[in-house]
Amino acid sequence: MSVALKQNPVEQFLRIDRMPHIWCSGCGIGTSVNCFARAVLECGIDLDKLCVVSGIGCTGRVAGYLRLDSFHTTHGRAIPFATGLKLANPDLHVVVYSGDGDLAAIGGNHLIHAARRNIDLTIICVNNFNYGMTGGQVAPTTHHEKVATTTPYGDPEYPFNLPYLAASCGAVFVARWTTYHVIQLTKTIVKALKKKGLSFVEILAPCPTLYLRRNKLGTSIDMMKYFKEKSIIKHGIDPKEVSLETYDKEIIVGEFVDIDKPDYLDNYNEILKKKLGDKFQPWGGK
Amino acid sequence: MAKIKWTTADPKGVLTGAHYLDGNHAACEGALAAGCRFAAGYPITPSTEVVERFAARIPLVGGMFIQMEDEIASSICLQGAVWAGLKAMTVTSGPGLSLMMEHIGLAAMLETPCVFVDVQRGGPSTGMPTLPSQADMMQCRWGSHGDYEIIALSPSSPQECFDFIIDAFNLAEIYRVPVFFMMDECVGHMTEKVIIPEPDKIKVVERRWTDKKPGEYLPYEPDPEDLVPDMVKAGDGYRFHITGLTHDERGYPAATDVEVQDKLVKRLCNKIYKNAPKIWKWEEMDTDNCDVLVISYGISARVALRGIEMAKEKGINVGLMRLIVVWPLPEPRIKELAEKVKAIVVPELNIRAQVAREIERLVAGRCPVIPVGHAGGTVHNPEDIYKAIVEAAK
Repeated sequence: MSVALKQNPVEQFLRIDRMPHIWCSGCGIGTSVNCFARAVLECGIDLDKLCVVSGIGCTGRVAGYLRLDSFHTTHGRAIPFATGLKLANPDLHVVVYSGDGDLAAIGGNHLIHAARRNIDLTIICVNNFNYGMTGGQVAPTTHHEKVATTTPYGDPEYPFNLPYLAASCGAVFVARWTTYHVIQLTKTIVKALKKKGLSFVEILAPCPTLYLRRNKLGTSIDMMKYFKEKSIIKHGIDPKEVSLETYDKEIIVGEFVDIDKPDYLDNYNEILKKKLGDKFQPWGGK
Repeated sequence: MAKIKWTTADPKGVLTGAHYLDGNHAACEGALAAGCRFAAGYPITPSTEVVERFAARIPLVGGMFIQMEDEIASSICLQGAVWAGLKAMTVTSGPGLSLMMEHIGLAAMLETPCVFVDVQRGGPSTGMPTLPSQADMMQCRWGSHGDYEIIALSPSSPQECFDFIIDAFNLAEIYRVPVFFMMDECVGHMTEKVIIPEPDKIKVVERRWTDKKPGEYLPYEPDPEDLVPDMVKAGDGYRFHITGLTHDERGYPAATDVEVQDKLVKRLCNKIYKNAPKIWKWEEMDTDNCDVLVISYGISARVALRGIEMAKEKGINVGLMRLIVVWPLPEPRIKELAEKVKAIVVPELNIRAQVAREIERLVAGRCPVIPVGHAGGTVHNPEDIYKAIVEAAK
C-alpha cells in the first residue's frame, strides 16, 4: 500500500516563495532540476556548502529557484564566477547549471578552459537546441537544417558535440542523458557531484514552445517518445562518436568518460610545495 | 548606525621597510597590505607587473592568483572570490577594461566590493601599449550600461600606488562598490622610494558582515544611514540568492517592477552621492587667495608642478588642487574656489577634457575652465601648462 508523502522531497531545495516558475508547460528544465535535487539528497552533500551558479537564459533561471547559495550571473560567464568561488573557498561544492547557448556559444571559451584546468566544478548543461528566453534563435546546438527564428529556412551550420568538446579539453567525467532518462540522469548527477575535477553532464530537453513548434516536431510527449526510441545507451564510448548532427540520427546517451586526474588545486598545491617548501601557504582544506 | 569595522593590516601581507619599487609593484604590495587575497588577471601592457608580482607573492601570504582566459573571465572570477569571502582585484589596461565593462555593471548591481586597477595607456583600440594616457577616466565612470555610480582614485607616485590602493580596497568594502584605481603607464613604471609601514600603522576595513541569522537576513536591505547593505558569503548557511536582474531586498528578481527598479537604482547612485563627503580626498597647495587654480590628478598633477613653478617665477599667484579621489569630485570645494579665482586650468592626458568638462559643469559659469588636453603617449610639456596659466591670469 502506498503512503502519501506530506511533502515533496525536493521541496526543501526550492524557493517556494518564488513559484510559479517561468518555464513553459512541457519544458524539460524542471525535470532536470527534479533529478538534480534528488541527486543532491542522495549524495548527502552539506546543503550549506553547495553553491549553484547560472548564466542567462531559461536554464539560467535555475539558480534563482534553488534554496541554496545561488548566483544568477551574466550571459556565458557562470563558469569563471564559479571558478572564483571554488578557488577562494575550496570547501564549497560548486555547480554550474546553465543552458546550451550560455555555456557553448557565448561562454564556450570559459567551458574549454575550465575543462583544461580541471577545476573541481560540476557543470550541468541543459541542451534544448535553441535560445528559449529570447524567442527561439539558432544555437550552436541546433540540429543541421532545423528552423529557428534567425535561420528561418534551416540551419546551415553543424552543432557542437558537447561531450566530445568537454572530454577533449580535459573533463574527467562526461555524460549525456535526456529528460526521458530520469533515473539514469539522477544516478549520473550523483557521480558527477562526487567526482573530483571537472564533470560535465549534458541533458537533452524539449523546448515545446519554440523548437518543437517551429519545426513541427509535435509536443513534449512526442519528444519524450523520440528520446525513448532514438536513444542508445553506450557507456564508455569514445565521445567523438556521440554527435547529434541531424534530428534523425540516433542519440547516444550514457557515461562516456570517467577518469582520475589531479584537479587544479591538487596540482597547484603540489607544485608550489615542491618549489617553495615550508614558505608555501597551502590553499584549501582538502 | 552603519557598522564599519576598522582594523590593522594582516602582517602576513606587509613587507615593512624602505623599498625601491615601480608603481605597478607598489600597487601589488598595497593590495596585499589592504588584505587582498585573490586576484584574477589577463596579461596586458603596461599593467602586467602588478599580477606578476601578485602571482609570486600570494603563495607565501596565503591566497590565490589565477590567470584567466580573458579579461571578461577575470572581471567575474574575482567577484566569485569576493562572494566566497575574500578581498579581490583584477588589473588591466584600456583594451582589457573595455572587455570588463559588463562585469563592472554586475559588480555595481550585485554590490560586490572589489578593485579594478587600470594602468592607462594611449588609445583608442590597441593604441600605444607602452605609453601613458589618462583617457579612461570617463570609461571607468560610465562605461557599463545602465545607471550606477563608482569611486575612482588616481595616484601620482609609486608611494601613492601603495598608499591609495589601500584606500581603494577600504572604500570598496565600506560602500560595496567597484572601485577603480586609475594609474597610468608613467606612474606604473616610475621607480622611486616606497616606504611600507608597520602592519599596525596600516588601517584596513573589514567586510560589512551581517550580524543577522539565516532567515532574518535580507541580502539587499540597506543600512538606513549609509544605504549600503551588509554582506554574507557562500557556505555559511544563509542560502542567499543574488542576481544581475533588478531585484528586491530579498535579492529576488523583480525585472518588470518599475517601483523596485526606481528604489534600487536610486539607492545604487545615492549611496555614493550621499556619502561623497566621506569619500572625497584631495590636496591643495597655495589655494588661499590664488588668482588661478590648477586642478589635476595622477601624473599630470605632478607635471603641472613645474608649470606652476614657472608661473610663480613670473609673479602669477597660482594654486593647485590635486584630486586623489577623482570620482566623485569634491563639488562644494571646487565651487567655492571657482567663486574666488579668475580661471581654472585642468591639465590631463586626454584631449576631450574628460574630467575638465565635469569641473566646468560644476563651476557653471562662476569662472572660465581651461582644459589642457593631450592625446597621450607622453606627459605634458610643462611649458604648455605654464602658458595656460598665463592665459588664465589675464
